[in-house]
Amino acid sequence: MEPYAIEMLHITKRFPGIVANDDITLQLKKGEIHALLGENGAGKSTLMSVLFGLYQPEEGIIKKDGAEVKINDPNDANALGIGMVHQHFKLVECFTVLDNIIMGVEPCKMGFLQKKEAREKVLALSEKYGLKVDPDAKIEDITVGMQQRTEILKMLYRDNEILIFDEPTAVLTPQEISELMQIMKSLAAEGKSILFISHKLNEIMEVADRCSVLRKGKYIGTVNTKDTTIEELSAMMVGRNVNFHVEKKPATPGDVVLSIENMTVASKVHKNNAVKNVSLKVRAGEIVCIAGIDGNGQSEFVYGLSGLEPLVSGKITLCGKDMTASSIRQKSILGISHIPEDRHKHGLVLDYSLEDNLVLQTYFEPQFTSKWGFLLRKNIREYAEKLIDQYDVRSGQGPATTARSMSGGNQQKAIIAREIDKAPELLIAVQPTRGLDVGAIEYIHKQLVAQRDAGKAVLLVSLELDEVMDVPDRILVMYEGEIVGELDPKKTTQEELGLYMAGAKRDEVTV
Amino acid sequence: MKKALKNPGVQAFVASVICIILGLLIGYIVLLFINPEGAAESIINVIKNFFTWSRANKKLQQFGNTLSKTMPLLMCSLSILFAYKVGLFNIGAAGQYVAGSCACLYAALAWGWGWLPCMIFAIVAGAVLGAVVGMLKSYCNVNEVISGIMLNWISLYLTNTLLTKVKEVASPYTMYIKDVNPSALLPNAGLDKLFNGNKYITIAVPLALFIAIAVSIILNRTKLGYELKATGSNKNAAKYAGMAEKRNIVLTLVIAGGLAGLGAAMLYLTGYMRWECTQSSVPGMGFNGIAAAFLGGLNPIGAIFASFFIQHITDGGQYVNTNFYSSQISDLISSVIIYLCGFVLFIKLTMTGMINRSEEKKLQKIKAASSEGGDR
Repeated sequence: MEPYAIEMLHITKRFPGIVANDDITLQLKKGEIHALLGENGAGKSTLMSVLFGLYQPEEGIIKKDGAEVKINDPNDANALGIGMVHQHFKLVECFTVLDNIIMGVEPCKMGFLQKKEAREKVLALSEKYGLKVDPDAKIEDITVGMQQRTEILKMLYRDNEILIFDEPTAVLTPQEISELMQIMKSLAAEGKSILFISHKLNEIMEVADRCSVLRKGKYIGTVNTKDTTIEELSAMMVGRNVNFHVEKKPATPGDVVLSIENMTVASKVHKNNAVKNVSLKVRAGEIVCIAGIDGNGQSEFVYGLSGLEPLVSGKITLCGKDMTASSIRQKSILGISHIPEDRHKHGLVLDYSLEDNLVLQTYFEPQFTSKWGFLLRKNIREYAEKLIDQYDVRSGQGPATTARSMSGGNQQKAIIAREIDKAPELLIAVQPTRGLDVGAIEYIHKQLVAQRDAGKAVLLVSLELDEVMDVPDRILVMYEGEIVGELDPKKTTQEELGLYMAGAKRDEVTV
Repeated sequence: MKKALKNPGVQAFVASVICIILGLLIGYIVLLFINPEGAAESIINVIKNFFTWSRANKKLQQFGNTLSKTMPLLMCSLSILFAYKVGLFNIGAAGQYVAGSCACLYAALAWGWGWLPCMIFAIVAGAVLGAVVGMLKSYCNVNEVISGIMLNWISLYLTNTLLTKVKEVASPYTMYIKDVNPSALLPNAGLDKLFNGNKYITIAVPLALFIAIAVSIILNRTKLGYELKATGSNKNAAKYAGMAEKRNIVLTLVIAGGLAGLGAAMLYLTGYMRWECTQSSVPGMGFNGIAAAFLGGLNPIGAIFASFFIQHITDGGQYVNTNFYSSQISDLISSVIIYLCGFVLFIKLTMTGMINRSEEKKLQKIKAASSEGGDR
């Protein structure tokens, strides 16, 4: 039998208080697409860091083509032909595509760059694998999909044989995803070995030959995707059967909680407006979802609503009170909770402890701050412990854990705990499940429905089609900053929704 | 021992000590190069500072001089570390210190104010300068380092111009406060008696120590500190949480400026020094504050000791043997040491890395040993 392209045998890596990888074996065949599946915190990133020499395992060995190798740092990994496309691209924004590709391995003669040679090689590679890029475009001007192709070319330019894709589809549009799948298949056909890290089960089923599953640092098993089902994979990943469908009773909408009239928000990138004359209403006891392809003004809509960006025009009313001119703090006190799109940018102060993050919007209340402006540490600790317990937020050192060291899913749980516990009238949840595994997604969806059933108004903004179809009671489609359709998730189909999202169909919506 | 080294407080302390030793070593090597003969004696004198004197009461008096000059340095280092905790690099502390000097000296000499209003005026002057930097930063997105440096020079020449009105006719120095307006001198409150009658020991000493503790409490225990540090660590999250993040930046620099301005009052209102109206460089106090802040591990209490140490070797420089070296050598040696003090963070990082690696190796060894044992 042909030796494996890369083998990681019985890898164990411990950190203080936690075994991140416990006797994990991963064998990548030459020319296969091998998926690595696991929840957040299952140990995928640690395993990859071991492969790249960023961590040294306590036990276990790495073999390449059957021979044991020692990888002490990323340079060793590179020399062995291992390359990786990170989830967050490592590109220099103000450099061209070509410059980014050759960076670090620039062909030189007498200290002068030989860009012509490099360009020819890049063009040849891009032709061979169907990786369409413009070598002279600057990274900041091109789409995310093209940036990703630049990253792939970077690996190919270095003649890497083992290509690792870390959650590559998280940032792509549906069309770009299918293009990427094609590219991955053609790379494998050319003899490259691909390791595909993901927790999107349908993508794994579509593209991968085999799939290895990790759970809580342990190796669960490897299966052929031909012989398995999505249900089986998810059960392996989570350790129990997962309910993909959100169970909920019919909604009983009450009074109007949020009313937006003719809201217009300026764009930060372009000269025109990102949100144009949007009007909508959200009632108590219903979940309204704003659907749409990324970049159609959803983010700006939420910024305008929450007060992070100023309005050009329009009126916002909450429970009959005009709060167009209210500050973020006032809105928060009057009953708006906001689960932000970007939990690292807005949602958390990463260098603060978990407990300090849990009181990020309430720290000034008499419960947490004395009359003289001193923080009541004991009360904060007690409150944090209560939330951690109630919402099952897991972390290394409880309330004192630095937020930065927590896994993405638990960071999100912390934010959700904080926002829901404020007992808001209106809960704005922007992509609340982004980058999370199925177990966490199920949990978050349950929380949203529970808020609805408790008579709160929930405004969900989502890019995930499954979420859009499953969770809300009403769908509003946003296209180029306008609401172009109102749909009933029980009556519509994904195809119809897709037509609205792509701008191919539109209704006059009067709310 | 390893365990103790993992404690961040201990780590900061050890890193600071390593920096000090490195600085002294390099200072010694510099002296060796210039003239090997007096090097050992001179570097020892720098370390000894006031201990060079043999008479006990003289020692005490010189110690008092160092102590009274430590306080303005401590204020400048507090100014820098306070802003640093909020994510701002207040290099403008030097200029805020100059503005404070100008305000307190002018009020004392030209208007005949008492010491308390003079001191408050110095705080206000520093705070105003800080506010300018803060407003440029938060409303016009001007980098605080650039505007701070520019304002350092503006305030220096403005001060030179203004204080020329209260300078002695025959010299470039401002008049003596004790001759013109003794009421502007800071009261001694009996503290001078502890230092063999050193009249420069004033209430500034306990006041500065009190402020260092207060800064520590504000940063770590209060709502204000919580807000400011959140703003410094993640401006966007602070805005999202409804904190007035722009106001917080201005407020931080106002407080930092006030601290630096107060530092100036703590020096000039003791009468220890006079302003030289022809000086063409910004006084080093604000810049040394940067070194003191880092040497103290960015901790207000640590800053007390770091400031004293830096002032100690700066003063110690005057005991370098001038038979062998030119008189500027004292400045050179102390600046070499102060320069090395800025490396604290670097040393701390290296140390953490070394500890982690050695621990990993040890674990691996234990593993290997135990697995061998298991085979038998």
